[in-house]
Amino acid sequence: MADQALVSSRAVERTVVEFDHAKIQRDLLMRRVGRIGLYLNPVFVYFFLWAPIVVLIVFSFNDGGSVSTWQGFTTRWYTNIFNNTLAAGTEAARFSTELMLNAVRNSLIVGVSATVISTIIGTMVALSLARGGTFPGKRLLDAVLYLPVVIPEITQGISLALFFKVVFDFVQAQSGWQMTTGFGTIIIGHVAFCVSYVAIVVRARLADMNPRLEEAARDLGANEWRTFYRVTLPLILPGIVAGALLAFTLSLDDFVVTFFNSGIGTSTLPIFVYGMLKTRVPPEINAISTLMLLASTLLVGISLAIQGRNNAATRV
Amino acid sequence: MSAFDVELIRVTKEFPSRRQDGTVRAVDDVSLQIAQGEFFALLGPSGCGKTTTLRMIAGFEDTTSGQILIRGKAVQNVPPFHRPVNTVFQDYALFPHMTVLQNVMFGLEMEHVRRDEARRRAEEALHLVRLPQVADRKPRQLSGGQQQRVALARALVKRPAVLLLDEPLGALDLKLRQAMQYELKAMQRSLGITFIFVTHDQEEAMTMADRIAVMDQGKVLQVGTPEDIYETPTSKFVADFIGETNFLEAHIVRADGDLAEVSLDGSAVFKAATGGQPVSPNQSVTIALRPEKINVFAARGTIEYDEGSTESSEEFKRALLRNPNINILPGVVVQDIYIGTDTRYVIRLPGKQQVIARVQNYGLKSDTYFEAGEEVNLYWNAENARVLLR
Repeated sequence: MADQALVSSRAVERTVVEFDHAKIQRDLLMRRVGRIGLYLNPVFVYFFLWAPIVVLIVFSFNDGGSVSTWQGFTTRWYTNIFNNTLAAGTEAARFSTELMLNAVRNSLIVGVSATVISTIIGTMVALSLARGGTFPGKRLLDAVLYLPVVIPEITQGISLALFFKVVFDFVQAQSGWQMTTGFGTIIIGHVAFCVSYVAIVVRARLADMNPRLEEAARDLGANEWRTFYRVTLPLILPGIVAGALLAFTLSLDDFVVTFFNSGIGTSTLPIFVYGMLKTRVPPEINAISTLMLLASTLLVGISLAIQGRNNAATRV
Repeated sequence: MSAFDVELIRVTKEFPSRRQDGTVRAVDDVSLQIAQGEFFALLGPSGCGKTTTLRMIAGFEDTTSGQILIRGKAVQNVPPFHRPVNTVFQDYALFPHMTVLQNVMFGLEMEHVRRDEARRRAEEALHLVRLPQVADRKPRQLSGGQQQRVALARALVKRPAVLLLDEPLGALDLKLRQAMQYELKAMQRSLGITFIFVTHDQEEAMTMADRIAVMDQGKVLQVGTPEDIYETPTSKFVADFIGETNFLEAHIVRADGDLAEVSLDGSAVFKAATGGQPVSPNQSVTIALRPEKINVFAARGTIEYDEGSTESSEEFKRALLRNPNINILPGVVVQDIYIGTDTRYVIRLPGKQQVIARVQNYGLKSDTYFEAGEEVNLYWNAENARVLLR
């Protein structure tokens, strides 16, 4: 009882406070070691991540046929790419600007088509999952959505190739029409994995969005459709744009899926680069790779900037 | 036409749950009648169903059974955008990609009000909430209090029959909240619109509402004016939730009209109000007694009055006893807590039960103050002790 404690004011025995200084020193040392470790970790990560890329960039300016020994600075590999002039003393068929530009054009056709299609489908999937209530197979769709992100690309490439072969054989057997791989199959293959990335990004955006905003719109007299295009769409647009840029980058970079599903004359840039490597490694490869790296970094950078700025803008 | 703006008839709302029976009942057989122009509060702890009730009126949730009428018309299957009600959301839910003016104009645009007309009305609404200067800003550039006003303007510009407010002041700091309470009340008076607001803050409900419905576990326990709810709570929950209350376990000695003689553990006997509830001798009941209704004076010695006169404690006690409706019980101060405006005494009554008495400090602390261990007398008016059936 509280009153008893107040009435009988018994003196509390005081315990002596003592520190074990040896133990404290030991613990402080451990803390210091841990801190140094935490500083070192990123150094290792950066090294393994960036060292090969730095080597690539450096050697794209290497003056000499060798790709592994430094022989002085030059920009001629870059000029070669654009000028179609061949390095002295190398076989004429080694590099052709015309072929490369053709590959770039193919890459852009595939990239833009796959991006547009996968952005539309991916956004619709994200909306269904986030706002569609419950529907049969929702949880399965939710799980399957992440599949293209985690399964080995080679599996996806081979499975698509097999799928197209089965379909083409069937169509030929039924109608006699012989279909071949080409832009169509590459684009479908790219859409197949890009949809997942777009849907994941847009869905994250939808999940971040305050559901009260849509309720407020309906409360103020907007029906579902007007709520969507006046409130939901403007607010998830940064997510859609970010997803689209991501899809475009992935499509531009893709090798495996494209390799298994491309036809004659539809080589994309990565396939073209790989083709050049078959004979020997020409120095222009370094230059092309550096330029591709630059383009990808730029796109991802823009995508992140849009997401970041709009995250800040929509936070009330 | 119905005299009520909003009427709930035996409304129940069940949500699917993972529990065995498959549902959880958020709102349980609630009937309410809210008159035109009334400021009505739904008060209760979190999870009591008050917000679900509001959301059903707004149209964001369907009723499982029962009926909701707005101005006498059943609103089942009427989507929110066709109901003549508007909501001020707890987190305001202002559209972040629009300016303040665009936010306020949104509802009028949806009604296809002409653009210049909509603009004029929106500016008027911003004037009403005293924020005409922020029309071109984005919501994130406003303070919490300003956002709250914009949300209010956005809802009021629609001239709704009923305005719903979901914890409207919950996110504001204390001083601003108090200021907004008076302002909301004044605004409601001048506009004459029915306001229904949800809150867990009993003080907020008492300050603003004409009538309060106290909810717990999906049920409405009591509906009444702030005075009704505070002075004559009909259940232990209401007495406990609204303000501070002492609960004493007692049993009935003798019933006598609206008053009953009750006893604490067979010793101290006093009178308490039954509020017309039927009670019988020996029935166990709970007595609810507000701390500020209890007066305390010294058991011995003299009592000094402000004007300088004195009176012996015995004399004072005799004078009090002349009034048959005054209860006097002896007690011992167990703890004294000085909190500035008043002092709380924890006092042990005969039979070991304790009460808290709240005594306002008219003078200096040193003038009249009881230390722990001092013997005192407590007295209160019999009608302030409420009998609650168990």
